[in-house]
Amino acid sequence: MQSTLSPEARAQAAKADHSMSATIQKVDEHVVEIISDSGEGAQTAGQMFGTLCAKMGNGVWTVEIIPAEIEPPARSTAGASGNRIRIGVDAITNAGDEADLVIAFNEQVLLGREAAGEFRPGATIMLESKWREDREPAIVSAYTEAYEALVAKGYRVVEINMEDECRKVVDNPQRGKNIFVVGILSCMYSRDLDIVRQEIAKKFKKKGDKVIQSNLALLDAGYDWATEHLDLRYEIPAPGVSQAQLVMNGNTAVALGTVASGMEVCAMYPITPATSASHYLSEIFEDVGGVIHQAEDEIAACAFAIGASYAGKCALTITSGPGMALKSELLGLSVMAEIPLVVVDVQRGGPSTGLPTKVEQGDLLSTIFGMPGDAPKIVMAPATIEDCFYSVITARKIAETFRSLVVILSDANLATGQQAFLRPKFRKEWQAPPIDQSPLPKGTKPYDWDKTTGLSTRPIPGQLNGRYTLTGLAHTGAGAVAYESGVNQEGCRYRSLKLAAFQKTLKTPDVFGDPEGDLLVVGWGSTKGAIEEAVTRARKDGLKVSSMHLTYLQPMASGIREIMARFKKVLTVEINFSDDLADELIDEDNRRYASLAWLLRARYLLDVDCWSNVHGQPIKPGAIERMIRSRLK
Amino acid sequence: MFGLKSESILKLDEEYHELGDYAGKESRWCPGCGDNAILAATQKLCRDKQLAPEKTVFVSGIGCAARFPHYMGTYGFHGLHGRALPVAQGVKIRRPDLNVFVNMGDGDCCSIGTAHWIHAIRMNMKMVAMLHDNNIYGLTKNQASPTTPIGRNTATTPHGSLLKAMNPLTVTLGVTNVSFVAQVVEWIPDLLYKVIEQAFNHKGFAFVRILQRCPHFMPTLWDQLLANPDNLAVLDSENGVQLSDATAKVYKTRIAHDNSDLHAARQIASLEDKVPLGILYRDESVPTYDELKRPRRLHAPELAEAVLNKSFDRFGIFPNNAGPIGD
Repeated sequence: MQSTLSPEARAQAAKADHSMSATIQKVDEHVVEIISDSGEGAQTAGQMFGTLCAKMGNGVWTVEIIPAEIEPPARSTAGASGNRIRIGVDAITNAGDEADLVIAFNEQVLLGREAAGEFRPGATIMLESKWREDREPAIVSAYTEAYEALVAKGYRVVEINMEDECRKVVDNPQRGKNIFVVGILSCMYSRDLDIVRQEIAKKFKKKGDKVIQSNLALLDAGYDWATEHLDLRYEIPAPGVSQAQLVMNGNTAVALGTVASGMEVCAMYPITPATSASHYLSEIFEDVGGVIHQAEDEIAACAFAIGASYAGKCALTITSGPGMALKSELLGLSVMAEIPLVVVDVQRGGPSTGLPTKVEQGDLLSTIFGMPGDAPKIVMAPATIEDCFYSVITARKIAETFRSLVVILSDANLATGQQAFLRPKFRKEWQAPPIDQSPLPKGTKPYDWDKTTGLSTRPIPGQLNGRYTLTGLAHTGAGAVAYESGVNQEGCRYRSLKLAAFQKTLKTPDVFGDPEGDLLVVGWGSTKGAIEEAVTRARKDGLKVSSMHLTYLQPMASGIREIMARFKKVLTVEINFSDDLADELIDEDNRRYASLAWLLRARYLLDVDCWSNVHGQPIKPGAIERMIRSRLK
Repeated sequence: MFGLKSESILKLDEEYHELGDYAGKESRWCPGCGDNAILAATQKLCRDKQLAPEKTVFVSGIGCAARFPHYMGTYGFHGLHGRALPVAQGVKIRRPDLNVFVNMGDGDCCSIGTAHWIHAIRMNMKMVAMLHDNNIYGLTKNQASPTTPIGRNTATTPHGSLLKAMNPLTVTLGVTNVSFVAQVVEWIPDLLYKVIEQAFNHKGFAFVRILQRCPHFMPTLWDQLLANPDNLAVLDSENGVQLSDATAKVYKTRIAHDNSDLHAARQIASLEDKVPLGILYRDESVPTYDELKRPRRLHAPELAEAVLNKSFDRFGIFPNNAGPIGD
């Protein structure tokens, strides 16, 4: 199919744009999306633009758009690879709503994202137009068809022959298009070119001066092209940076948190989206005397970490849902034998292999309950990238103090999103103590359970008078295998009491908004920013809505019931599955709730509702806001 | 007194370990179970080597053999079915000071734990791994294991097991980085002790398959070997195990073998008419994972602080865009 607009008409339209002098539109925030086929560098461009904005002092949140394959077929609607960057004047706490500006290297990846509802109506789309002159008639018609459709839908589509433009400065334009795009964006958003130049020098340092120079040329070419041809300019005032900050994704934050925690052993097996935490840790861990062990499987990774912990060095293992399933028998052993262990579960879509690169909060119930027998453990969920750093430090401390399994439930949204946070200042107390080898008193029991708290001191191999055989069988305080009535009851009781003792140390969560009202939205994990933003917007219109975010899911802090009771309605917002009451067969007798809703209903006997989905996307604040408005009608 | 500090005086009672120091709880294995012999030989080895009991860890999985650590007076880890080896590796990775032994049954090692077995050989961490091979699942009561002879009636193969038994020796000898493989029977105490001793002396992963009697479920399993010791072939090599005169008189069959020859070891491991005993293969030069992974620096908070700050700089943004550039 051919374009219904003649080339002349398109040229005319473009000219009309160009003849206008650039007007600057002042905005509080913008969402920019750069998408390409895999390997074309859209992710690099997005990260670079995000870092640039953060360095200028804007609030930033970036989201990676990752296909499940390394190199999916070119020009496919499901193959989009890239980055979404939300920039704001103030701090940004989540990925935001639909994109305002999209740059796409081909129309097919664009169509995929458009169909997923990722673009704001009327958004500006900057589209690589080289396909219009492709040798393949099928490609030409696919392109023109898509172009027409997008224009018809009301998007403002700006065609750019990026490849031709890049060819003017480099030999292989395909490889440099992404930096050309950074140049365009730098012009459109009045970015500080010196910072971008530094970023380019940093990024291509290892590739040598020639590569740096050609990328700088591409940057300038993009900037100049935009200056000459585009009338779109946005101003997002950048207040500057007043305090030192870090910009990184949640997985890198987990890696740095591991170093900060003083843990020296991390055992893992490759799994998306958790592995990148081990990548960064692998780079630096040996420099602090640490060991990363890539085991033969998820089970071995967990066993290895448990072995290291037993021998005195609290260890961690990093995984995702399917890995958690495989490790579950060993996690039960760590609970039963009271071996401190930290597990980071970077949740992805499930069940089974599910959505490996996409976000979900589907592991909450399986983590808390998914083991044979009673296996009390501590489950916590970071809500921000900064939390990802600190939660590892806290988890190590809890694990060793309470001889306990601590699971950190991160997710793909935190793992790959980038956000700025205040640069932490190192504290010696974060670090695990050295292995204690002082002799124990004669007759020391390996599980000398305190009658009130269930706590006991862990003998470590090498300690005199501490010798015992750890076992996953039911055992007495002396560590002896025992099947007599009462023994298992006693062991289970003390291991459960430890959780109660820990629970007494927890602070009641804060309420965001007024302490009472018509609706309380409860969330956990990475949805915090989006929920609070939605609540803020709704409150601006006078709606009596507040929110509460839980860091500790097991056990839960005291005071939660009282908070919930002060609202007419309580509802959880989660990225996991729940039934839709609109479905014909679903009623209150069979309705399956979202995970946290189940927990709150069971514990507090309150009629907690839920709103959740498993689209594999971060929940947008706009969607939460619409839901809040409809509930409060 | 005499200018000696009290802590410098030899305290024989504390520092010399008797056999009893290595005894844990009383064994609950069946009467006549071969595990008892393995336990006795191991305790004797610990005594002879004067291993500090608190510096010695026995790691096991689940099964009859896996009760082993409970009967030792050392530290022990009686973990999960099949998972003894990765636990032992974790124990060892930051504790080169600990003596690590692993006790596994044939189901534990050769069935549910097979992946770990293969990779433990390749990783070659310094430890002694004993395969208590009685060709049957005992604790779960008489099911066929991978090493159960073909045709054998068991609870899960009432008409005879269909598959030929797996040969743990050829499997082990087939894995990259194999560095020590031995076979022994538990009813020749002299040989058993000496093989375990050689395994302990080995620098790397020492795999010992111990043919073991299960009087309860496999009472006649080794009859051919017990009735006719000539079916047992002791490997004769300069650096192998040397039999005592008394043992040598009973077990007369010999195979001359160079245990540095992997090809020859594989051939001997594949013998069907004789059961080879002794050290099939030994190579002290194979790098061990514990050495390869030994930290270049020892962990210290100051080090962590320095490395963290360097990372913070790398991901840092600074007021007025100041701060270090590069990396």
